[in-house]
Amino acid sequence: MTQQNYHAKIYVTLRPSVLDPAGTAVQSGLGHLGYDNVEQIRIGKYIELSITAETQPLAEAQLDRMCDQLLANTVVENYRFELTEIATHPESATAAAGA
Amino acid sequence: MNFGVVVFPGSNCDRDMAMVSRDLLGQPTRMVWHEETDISDLDVIVIPGGFSYGDYLRCGAIAQFSPVIQATKAHAAAGKWVLGICNGFQVLTEAGLLPGALVRNRDLHFICDRVTLKVERTGLSWTSAYQPQQVITLPIAHGEGCYYADAETIAELEANHQVVLRYCDATGNPTEAANPNGSLNNIAGICNRQGNVVGMMPHPERASDPALGGIDGLLLFKGLLACV
Repeated sequence: MTQQNYHAKIYVTLRPSVLDPAGTAVQSGLGHLGYDNVEQIRIGKYIELSITAETQPLAEAQLDRMCDQLLANTVVENYRFELTEIATHPESATAAAGA
Repeated sequence: MNFGVVVFPGSNCDRDMAMVSRDLLGQPTRMVWHEETDISDLDVIVIPGGFSYGDYLRCGAIAQFSPVIQATKAHAAAGKWVLGICNGFQVLTEAGLLPGALVRNRDLHFICDRVTLKVERTGLSWTSAYQPQQVITLPIAHGEGCYYADAETIAELEANHQVVLRYCDATGNPTEAANPNGSLNNIAGICNRQGNVVGMMPHPERASDPALGGIDGLLLFKGLLACV
């Protein structure tokens, strides 16, 4: 079965009901710089990884489990991710096989 | 009683805890490395304070998958005693042994202080040496000690009397001013439904030796010993 490489961008954000004191502090910092038109700053985490799977739905299902189990704490955080297929170049595959 | 104190890479209150159970209370105590899987010889397992696995990702996030925590889940399910202090409390919530989560302190600062707390739940073996609603003083030292759970979980905790300790003023009132970190309902420590698993942000082991200025924490362990 052919394996495909995917690049995942995972965004972990605080649930709306959870206070974000760091976001509030940054908002106040921006206010001091004169950006008084900024509101609702929420600071989250951004995680990148590459994953190998047979199909995109399989990769997505696995990422869902990873987020639920470890990458996010769903008591206080929400997550979403974007997946893009990484094109494999036949030349580089040959080079890797020869190495 | 046989005490075990978990040692993760990054634990830093493990020896303080062993000093209390072994030296002050004369109980057999062994250090339990995080890779251990057999803790069947223990009656009490304590997850101490510190920064397990560097607290990478989230406090306690990596520690929840360690072999010793899998063993701790079985230990808890068997009705044996589990205490999580500070980082240990964070680990217990991440592992699902206690509900809710500990997030960044309301004012962002790491707080190292002594606080007054009300013992809300005295029916437990853990708290049997305290008077009902007794106000005690214990040290806290944390950056992520703000207790959070959804409204439904908070209501359940309150209804089932699972709040063990609450931040309060010197007269026992759980005021906003007496809440150091923004914890919901001033919650400083909780237990599971069965009452054998307790997690708390304050450090009872740092208030057990009179030389350190207070022994309000020692009663937690003395109470447990008196019940068995």
